[in-house]
Amino acid sequence: MVGSRQYPDEPSGPFPSPPTTVEDREGRSIEIRAPAAFAADALDDVIEMYVEFDPTDRAQGIPPTGADRIRNWLETIAEDSVTVVAFHDGDAIGHAMLVPDSDDPEAIAEKSGIEWELAIFVLQAYQQAGIGTVLLENLLGHASDLGIRRVWLTVERWNNPAIALYERVGFESTGTESFEQEMAILLDN
Amino acid sequence: MNVLLGLGGSDESVKTLRRTIDRTKEVGDDLTVVIVDKPESKRSQDETHDLAVEHLEEAGLDDATVEKLEGDPGSALVDYAEQGEFDELVIGGGTLSPMGKIQLGPITEFVLLNAPTTVKLVR
Repeated sequence: MVGSRQYPDEPSGPFPSPPTTVEDREGRSIEIRAPAAFAADALDDVIEMYVEFDPTDRAQGIPPTGADRIRNWLETIAEDSVTVVAFHDGDAIGHAMLVPDSDDPEAIAEKSGIEWELAIFVLQAYQQAGIGTVLLENLLGHASDLGIRRVWLTVERWNNPAIALYERVGFESTGTESFEQEMAILLDN
Repeated sequence: MNVLLGLGGSDESVKTLRRTIDRTKEVGDDLTVVIVDKPESKRSQDETHDLAVEHLEEAGLDDATVEKLEGDPGSALVDYAEQGEFDELVIGGGTLSPMGKIQLGPITEFVLLNAPTTVKLVR
């Protein structure tokens, strides 16, 4: 099923795919991985990251606070999600994921026909070091490898740094705008 | 308190209706329900109107006023709130995206920025 969102006419890409290791602007070695399944250890790593996340940087109610609510939120969406995690010294410090905008198991397995919602979070101590861009590009590269075409997101309208980041990789604003700005990208594959 | 409830025709509206009826019975508020004209909604304006009447009757709130409003939803709602003697305007508190993000639509934004009364968002 194709939704009603507007997508750019021109596809974006190619994007790099995980795994990869990059040096951030602070000279830290950052490893980007796509866990085979977002469960068990991979899920625990990311829950630990969100427990450390400063709630002043929450957006539209996510991530929730407290390990139990974080686990509950992620378990609800993890199974069908496409996830990429950034690690430093073995700890998760950034997380980007796509969640299908569909309940149809066949469409979710097929991937290319449906729309996917994107979210990305980077721990405060690791922000403004270029990690968000690398994480975002690797998520889109991984998504493209899996056959995903349409990705959308919403971002608070006043969050200019985030909007600039999304525009840099190829997202365009769609017509829908209220407190949150909707943006979309069409992936090359 | 004199409460004005604004409904579109979404599932969110039905939840907001239920919650507001419960609250009205609990505290003895006066309730007016208006249904805005939102053609893209899951339910038509007439369907939502009938649903509201049905729920109010079931709850024993037969004396509540139920009206349909024409025109742009946000503006019609704020205008109605302004004309009457209302203490509070109640609307749905947004939908959740697949990711779990709270999303407030353009009607909600218009109401929040323009209503002369206290606005309550029901989650």
